[in-house]
Amino acid sequence: MSNDPALMQEIHALYARYADLIDEGPISQWPSLFVEASLYKIVTRENLARGWDLGLMLCESRGGIEDRAYAIEHLSMTIPRIVRHLISGITATPNADGTIAVTANFAVFETIEGKPTTTFAAGRYRDVLLRDSDGALRFKEKVSVCDAATINNSLVYPL
Amino acid sequence: MTIHQHKWENSGTHRVPYWVYTDPEIYARELSLVFGGRSWNFVGLEAEIPNPGDYKRTAIGESSVIVVRGKEGEINVLKNQCAHRGLEVCRQEYGATRAFQCPYHQWTYRLDGALSGVPFAKGVGGHGGMPEDFDRKNHGLTKLNVTTRHGAIFASFANDIEPLEDYLGDKMLTLFDRVFNGKALRIVGVSRQRIPSNWKLMFENIKDPYHASLLHVFLVTFGLFRVDNPSRTQMDDTGRHSALVSRRSTNLDPNAATQEMASFQEKLELKDPRLLDIVKEFSDPATVVMQTIWPNLIVQQQANTLATRQIVPAGPDAFDLNWTFFGYADDDEAMRTRRLRHANLMGPAGFVSLDDSEVMDLAQRGIRVDPEQEAVVEMGGRGREDQDHIVTETAIRAFYGYYRETMGL
Repeated sequence: MSNDPALMQEIHALYARYADLIDEGPISQWPSLFVEASLYKIVTRENLARGWDLGLMLCESRGGIEDRAYAIEHLSMTIPRIVRHLISGITATPNADGTIAVTANFAVFETIEGKPTTTFAAGRYRDVLLRDSDGALRFKEKVSVCDAATINNSLVYPL
Repeated sequence: MTIHQHKWENSGTHRVPYWVYTDPEIYARELSLVFGGRSWNFVGLEAEIPNPGDYKRTAIGESSVIVVRGKEGEINVLKNQCAHRGLEVCRQEYGATRAFQCPYHQWTYRLDGALSGVPFAKGVGGHGGMPEDFDRKNHGLTKLNVTTRHGAIFASFANDIEPLEDYLGDKMLTLFDRVFNGKALRIVGVSRQRIPSNWKLMFENIKDPYHASLLHVFLVTFGLFRVDNPSRTQMDDTGRHSALVSRRSTNLDPNAATQEMASFQEKLELKDPRLLDIVKEFSDPATVVMQTIWPNLIVQQQANTLATRQIVPAGPDAFDLNWTFFGYADDDEAMRTRRLRHANLMGPAGFVSLDDSEVMDLAQRGIRVDPEQEAVVEMGGRGREDQDHIVTETAIRAFYGYYRETMGL
């Protein structure tokens, strides 16, 4: 596990930006945190444990991530809501190929307009970061593993 | 105090009173007459529990049941309720076991529900024990009536119910067998959502092709399901089951009904078009068949995504929708990948179905305040017959015909 302070600071900044782009927007900028050949997937613990590949969201390229972001902003009919990510316990482990494996816990609160805030999801990230050609750290893989098998109505925003 | 008796004023079903979606007494009757009555409830796919001892927990209405593969490979559906004090004996959602043991007094049941062990049944040191005439044979887990067809499992609390094939009727059986064609199934994965609306609104949503061309940008824009596609709406003889059958058009008439489809976005293009890399896999020309089977199953074939959606009610104003995405055991790698991609259309985050869970939430919010108001269900006329188009709500009217009969309303 890495304890290089400069690297850890950079990773924390990436995760803060990730949360910020989803929670505060613009969601259209969320895909910019991924490299071109990237994967974004939301899975549940249950599917993972049973060896089932289904993703609740599955994007297999930055283009696919952009499609999802566009749909959220322009195509889906959704009741207005705010989501709020809390991310903690980040660990980073450099891989031999130069990528960095990252795990972290997430909790997401949801506030449907006009209603009180509820806990929407909790789980663990199993991510792979890559230093992109412009020198920035980006997500090569981001897999959000949800603890609950049941989603409270609609899963609108990425976790 | 007298309890207000609701009366369904109109003799038809082109008007549906809102109290059917909100009244707790109506809901209690549904649990006993619809889910607990003479109906085949879908409880899962055999591929979820491939080996002896494999089990899953699910529910029929609000009754918790265990679906388990027995020692001989047979499927048992057992009420998850200890014969001693009523506890749920099975606590895990799924797993593999040799027996079910209640944690309280450790009464133990075999995979077929038979009671195999009662601690201290003969007493301890001459003290206690069960009465002489206590017979374990009379105290097993309640075993439900079970039937399977091509990998799908159904259970019923009723023993005097017709075979599933007769229950579905010829038309619906043919469409059911189109997807459940006897080939071994492969589970792609499951997802679940708790939707804050009455369970019947889920059925109505799938029986209502009128909304699909208006609400869903994805369906309309990519031609997956549109009023101007060649389509039909079909029911069984009772009206309780239905199917919407349609064919994707790739060169749509731009002057057709799209002006009225506010959600049509002519210029929309996917940056990763693999999402809609659809291949034909069934011998008939249909590209989408959405089938609803009374009282709790939706069978979905849209593009190359196949799924069952099981409805589990949770009070008059909520239900769980349990999705099981599947393919066939002989799918090649490309088809496995394709099914995962197309699954993006459906489920709690589905590009299509997300609109529906949101709309059902809004529907229940609107309905709950005015039980005496009624819905207008008159698109395509007031009758309940099959129609060779999808500009209609005929399947909803047919559903309520059978519902009224079952509920004595």
